[in-house]
Amino acid sequence: MRILVNGAWRDTAAADVDTVLKEMGWGESAVATALNGEFVPASARRAAPVAEGDRLEVLAPMQGG
Amino acid sequence: MLKLYDTELRSHLLLGTSRYPSPAALIEAVSSSQTEVVTVSLRRESSGERAGQGFWSIVRGLEVRVLPNTAGCHSVKEAVTTAHMAREVFATSWVKLEVIGEDDTLQPDVFGLLEAARILIGEGFQVFPYTTEDLVVAERLLAAGCQVLMPWGAPIGSGRGLNNLFGLKALRAHFPEVPLIIDAGLGVPSHAAQAMELGFDAVLINTAVAEAADPARMAAAFARAVEAGREARLAGPMEPRDMAVPSTPVIGKAFLG
Repeated sequence: MRILVNGAWRDTAAADVDTVLKEMGWGESAVATALNGEFVPASARRAAPVAEGDRLEVLAPMQGG
Repeated sequence: MLKLYDTELRSHLLLGTSRYPSPAALIEAVSSSQTEVVTVSLRRESSGERAGQGFWSIVRGLEVRVLPNTAGCHSVKEAVTTAHMAREVFATSWVKLEVIGEDDTLQPDVFGLLEAARILIGEGFQVFPYTTEDLVVAERLLAAGCQVLMPWGAPIGSGRGLNNLFGLKALRAHFPEVPLIIDAGLGVPSHAAQAMELGFDAVLINTAVAEAADPARMAAAFARAVEAGREARLAGPMEPRDMAVPSTPVIGKAFLG
């Protein structure tokens, strides 16, 4: 299955957002997630299924003005 | 003291964390500015470098409050979703709400701003709206529940100072009790002093410090200017006059002609 993670296509066997994060090495990171434009709180990631073609945004703290 | 929602702060200077030449330069600038609030954002994490985690570690070490922004958001939905994500990552209900309406000036889309502010306030956020000096928009934002306003001085990053003095003075006069923070467009410390002399409660500086040849030194200069401007406001500045008035007494002057 292919999904878009932060704008790049990625092959994954993960069934949910939480597992995608672990695959990417972000399991313990300070990140926030949005699936297809909808915020997925950390507590809801394991129950958030991913499907072919989904867009996952994984955002982290960055410099800002 | 500066009161922003239920938080009291000694410093009247807020500092952005972007565009510094190095993390060390950011740390030094925050220290010499004596700021208690820095702005931050959310961006895509890189899988290899994990830049965001490193940055977050630096910011936590600064021991200041963070004010997450929704910079770059052009729609209400984007801004609201970004605010939700920021609240989770930064563990704060503060959000500097930006809904950008025009790319050349980065002017706020005040219609979208108001709509997003209403949604977020309804969800318990403490919203710091990046707005213009428009009085009607300010009134609506306050009616929606905003307790702080962040009017622009000039377009973000332009360093032009207070672009619309008349409008900003009118805003200050209309809402004497509302904390008003000049956000964006200040270039040099005299701009910050001027904002404080006009009675604004605080200023937010980023590019002017970060892109100075010596950011830490410039941060200290801004801190002094903010303090000087605030002291001047509290001291009650004189009214300008059109004609000269001799400062040395005329009475008692010798007749030597």
